[in-house]
Amino acid sequence: MSADVHVTLNAVTRVYPAHSGHGEVHALGPIDFSLRRGEFVGVVGPSGCGKSTLLETVAGLALPSTGTVTFEGRPVDNQVPEGVGVVFQEDATFPWLTVRDNVAFGLQRAGIDGAEIARRVDEAIAFMGLNAFRRAYPSQLSGGMRQRVCIARTLVLRPRLILLDEPFGALDQQTRLLMGEELLRLWRETGATVMLITHALDEAAMLSDRVAVMSSRPGRFIAVLETHWPRERDSRIVAEPGFGLFTSRLWELIRDESKKALGIT
Amino acid sequence: MRHPALWRLGITAAVVLALEGLCRSGVISAFTMIAPSQMVVALAGMILHADWFWADARYTFENVGAAIVLSAVPGFVLGLVIHALPRLRRVLNPVLLSYYSVPTFVFYPLLIVIFGINQLSLIVMGAMFGVVAMISSTLTAIDRIPTVYGKVARVLRMDRSATALRIVLPAATPHLFTGLKLAVAYSVIGVIAGEFILATAGLGRRLSLSFNEFDNATMYGLIVLIFIVVAVINSGLQRWEARIYRRWYRS
Repeated sequence: MSADVHVTLNAVTRVYPAHSGHGEVHALGPIDFSLRRGEFVGVVGPSGCGKSTLLETVAGLALPSTGTVTFEGRPVDNQVPEGVGVVFQEDATFPWLTVRDNVAFGLQRAGIDGAEIARRVDEAIAFMGLNAFRRAYPSQLSGGMRQRVCIARTLVLRPRLILLDEPFGALDQQTRLLMGEELLRLWRETGATVMLITHALDEAAMLSDRVAVMSSRPGRFIAVLETHWPRERDSRIVAEPGFGLFTSRLWELIRDESKKALGIT
Repeated sequence: MRHPALWRLGITAAVVLALEGLCRSGVISAFTMIAPSQMVVALAGMILHADWFWADARYTFENVGAAIVLSAVPGFVLGLVIHALPRLRRVLNPVLLSYYSVPTFVFYPLLIVIFGINQLSLIVMGAMFGVVAMISSTLTAIDRIPTVYGKVARVLRMDRSATALRIVLPAATPHLFTGLKLAVAYSVIGVIAGEFILATAGLGRRLSLSFNEFDNATMYGLIVLIFIVVAVINSGLQRWEARIYRRWYRS
């Protein structure tokens, strides 16, 4: 395996019993794919195509039915490997803890000494622009700020692979663009490998080095497109002529699959 | 309706005043009920002068406290275990739903045979009353915890006990208050009623003696005391619950 390869998926499928109790649902795959160390990969696809299932499988939150996932050369079993951080679409802040305690939560578990925890938490809070809210409870924050708390909670653990499951799905367009910029800054400064699941084509196009396009269920990768954007980029890239062409190409690929998923002929 | 607390206070005051008037005027005979003001005077007299009061009060409230702990803690733990085992939950669900249709007091003689006429029988009686309310409340509370918290626990590689203590317990807290308040009420009922039926000490036993001796002043004084204690505990829990809800759901 090349040292450049960080995560591999080999013939990964997910099949689970149907809710009715009869038969099976083939949700995912087979998927063969590799993430290179330090790259930003976006995954787009129609609703219900198995994007979140894919992320859970890569994270070790769910086992593949067949095939294997490896992270840093080691197989991912039914446990999230050390070095993997996940940010979910839902608000995962703990309402009983302040912003500071939410961010520190994972570190306290890791048995790191108090001074180091304080240093890392202060750093992450400052990085996510939450300094003024460190003593606030999540109920006092907007949806975007809560998501920043979740990202900071992941960031303090210094993950080498960050998996994001539609983290800005509940936010308005302007906030999403700005949160995307924050994410790009985080990615550049940490050097982590990032996999972003999203239904927003423009978000995937703006943030990613490569965008994988999934088919309708069972979700397979029908294309993987390179964006060729510079590493130093921000939301202003959406005004570039090449950006529109890229998202059009994504839409071309995904349009028929989306119609299939919605049952439109 | 504006100012519901004022309305509650007003209605309570009106009922008390009506009772006062009905008792003082003789419409309600003193053999049936004494006036509320006399109840309070009788209670004050007991607290200040009765040589049995503090020993019996301590006996009862120790039993009630132990019964609350024994229904709340095992109730929460059993709720966690049952929630983690969906098959067991399906089996137990009808039992949990119909538990309070069973007159639990029929087991009191059995408890006396097993433990003797002592505090343990009363504590177990009280706990038996409260524990199922706490189990049901825990199950409902855990059902209401966002599933994403479980995923966060797994991403942070937390084991089951750490997840239960550091995520499930705090996340369930606001929804556990219903069970806790019921556990308090049921524990008081179980202990006082057990003492009333058969015990060597306690306010319930004193209540039974005063009832048999037509000592209405002592009986109603004790009823007022028990009422006040339960109301204070419940309103304390209610305030705590309201504070948590305000902090969690400010928006």
